[in-house]
Amino acid sequence: MFERISTSDSLGGHDSHTSRSLAPYAHKPARTQARPGERHARLSRSPVQALGISHPRTLSHLDWLESDAIHILREVAGQCANPVLLFSGGKDSICLLRLAEKAFRPGPFPFPLLHIDTGHNYPEVIAFRDRRAAELGERLIVRSVENSIARGSVVLRHPGESRNRHQSVTLLEAVEEFGFDACIGGARRDEEKSRAKERIMSFRDAFGQWDPKNQRPELWNLYNARAHQGEHIRAFPISDWTELDVWQYIQREGLELPSIYYAHPRRVVRDKGLLRPVTDLTPARPGDRVEEVRVRFRTVGDITCTAPVESEADTVEKILAETAVTTITERGATRMDDQTSEASMEERKRAGYF
Amino acid sequence: MSVPQASLPPDHGVLRFLTCGSVDDGKSTLIGRLLYDTKAVLADALHAIERTSRQRGLAEMDLSLLTDGLQAEREQGITIDVAYRYFSTGTRNFIIGDAPGHEQYTRNMVTAASTADLAIILVDARKGVLTQTRRHSYIAHLLGIHHLIVAVNKMDLVGYDQSVFARIEADYRDFAARLGIGDVRFIPLSALTGEMVVERGERLNWYQGPTLIEILENAPAAHTERAEPFRFPVQYVCRPRASADPELHDYRGFMGRVESGQIAVGDIVTVLPSGRQSRVCAIQVGGVDRPLAIHEESVTLLLADEIDCSRGDMIVKADEAPSPVREIDAFLCWLSETPLSPARTYLLRHTTREVKARTARIDYRLDLNTLEQGTATTLDMNDIAHLRLKLAAPIFPDPYADNRATGAFILIDESTNNTIGAGMIG
Ligand SMILES: Nc1nc2c(ncn2[C@@H]2O[C@H](COP(=O)(O)OP(=O)(O)O)[C@@H](O)[C@H]2O)c(=O)[nH]1
Repeated sequence: MFERISTSDSLGGHDSHTSRSLAPYAHKPARTQARPGERHARLSRSPVQALGISHPRTLSHLDWLESDAIHILREVAGQCANPVLLFSGGKDSICLLRLAEKAFRPGPFPFPLLHIDTGHNYPEVIAFRDRRAAELGERLIVRSVENSIARGSVVLRHPGESRNRHQSVTLLEAVEEFGFDACIGGARRDEEKSRAKERIMSFRDAFGQWDPKNQRPELWNLYNARAHQGEHIRAFPISDWTELDVWQYIQREGLELPSIYYAHPRRVVRDKGLLRPVTDLTPARPGDRVEEVRVRFRTVGDITCTAPVESEADTVEKILAETAVTTITERGATRMDDQTSEASMEERKRAGYF
Repeated sequence: MSVPQASLPPDHGVLRFLTCGSVDDGKSTLIGRLLYDTKAVLADALHAIERTSRQRGLAEMDLSLLTDGLQAEREQGITIDVAYRYFSTGTRNFIIGDAPGHEQYTRNMVTAASTADLAIILVDARKGVLTQTRRHSYIAHLLGIHHLIVAVNKMDLVGYDQSVFARIEADYRDFAARLGIGDVRFIPLSALTGEMVVERGERLNWYQGPTLIEILENAPAAHTERAEPFRFPVQYVCRPRASADPELHDYRGFMGRVESGQIAVGDIVTVLPSGRQSRVCAIQVGGVDRPLAIHEESVTLLLADEIDCSRGDMIVKADEAPSPVREIDAFLCWLSETPLSPARTYLLRHTTREVKARTARIDYRLDLNTLEQGTATTLDMNDIAHLRLKLAAPIFPDPYADNRATGAFILIDESTNNTIGAGMIG
């Protein structure tokens, strides 16, 4: 479908418009190498091709994304001495676990799983987390924000404050405790504007800080996961996935999710366009009008700042149908703390938030 | 593990492309338009830009705001670095690498181009082919992008005049032929009004070709246009060491991604650098067997013989093995604020292999505006040069023009661990 506009020898040089070719690779071939033609002249057809068995010429988009993520996971395993995979029980990290199975089975994972527990979780998610880790037979480490509060490294402004931003302190404490040199996470570039430039291997200094001005260029698939003692890398194998891709993958792989991802009745208060769940941690305030609404969660996180969306979707298929026509980005719909400032995620990332 | 789905629309996989243009040619607007018209923009993001557009007193919604980046850059009013955007047409997924057009940001464009299969070169219809246009085309070509789309934007500002478009096309063809750029398509459009982007519109009826989105949907996928040799850099070796399990007792799986070509069970392979031969006795994903693997698939290979093979080695087909080299001639783009020092030894990453490298000589540095070759004794950030590197141990490359995965390398400064150079062998 693309026209060839140069009829002369592909390396140029015979064009009537110029005495000198500007083509980059037109100069003499490297002395130490065979000419490309010589080397590839013997290109053979594989037996399968010769038999005429058909096979896909390109990978489907899910296969491509999966393969890319597996490649990234293996680069972390190959380059880092002591990586860890952050597993929250959320859908993105559930995908990561399946990808890790595809990357490393029949062997064990070359990393433990780590959950930073805010203490503000839906019990379904914690039960799911423990069960999934046990099924996989992989080691699960849990470190909790409560402990950081007790230690004094996290100071809450008020007792009910969202602990999302404080997770970063606990995570860094765990990184130090175990000497992790890479943390694998399920963040995606499409989640939020400020993530669009995030690297797949993102460098953090000894304070766990992310400096948008001091990130390594990432070319081809040559990832540089090197870190000095005390520094570490955050690796994001599903950077290039969208929310729709994640749901399609969950469907294709038949992945189990915590039940709160599916539509269920829940007591909520309508609050500035968001649904605020009524829980022990977030009881109704005076004047609240509590309703029972069928909802599902699109992300799972700190109870105090994760809002569900109204939905009747109680199967993956229905969620997919909703997601395909959905009108609100994932974080916009559900993170109450993000609404304050468009740049709030970036501020948190600078401070070491995942 | 996967359940095949019936009755799904055809899936043409993923196409990665790059957009380039000079400042104000309308790149952000075009990307915004693509996202908006393919319904990749969601309501809350739209509300945010509607609000901002109103605050700035604009009559229309400014779609370029959709691709706004980080806070610091917003304050400076410029974009640096590469941002990635996503949209889908239902049959194909697209990843846009968005690199700014500023002269000093060659390295960003090189970065974005390194993973792109196609480049959209934006030209302002009023300005025609500029030095920047040539520079961007050259870099795209140098980085091995075989398909270029020259999008002549702002056609609304030249009265949708066919002759303006024709003149730009002729100018560009002239230059592209000298560069040896093979495949170029030309399309007139208006990112602002959307004509010929996703919708054809009414005012460019003299243009009979496909819309931009149609070109993107039908562009050939990477690796599909010619037969390529099988290249499998080993990333990781799986040894479960499950002594009690007879199935896994001797399991040694070589994990990697098929960077090019394909492999089937029964194929005879050579492991480099040892040169030892064996037969592929199984291909697996997640421990499940499959008969073959094609380009871009991450798999695990099991070999019939017990052969030494670890990360940094490469598995190839026995009859198409590349030769070892300890000296390479290459184009190098310098990425670091610290200039290249010919006295220093750097770490060179080629596939999964790392070797020490030192500059043997710098042949020339390119002036990207004139494409003239000049002498150089060092390289500064954003310079592109042709040089020779001496390696402490052999690597097994292909010329970059033949094979991007095995023709590319990066240089790393071990004192900072930064990625400081991007190289293309040839
Ligand atoms: N009339 C017209 N204006 C356009 C078109 N595309 C972009 N612009 C305007 O040109 C200016 C620069 O566009 P922008 O997308 O920010 O350029 P960038 O610097 O290349 O990202 C903005 O004011 C746009 O509204 C077009 O097709 N027609």
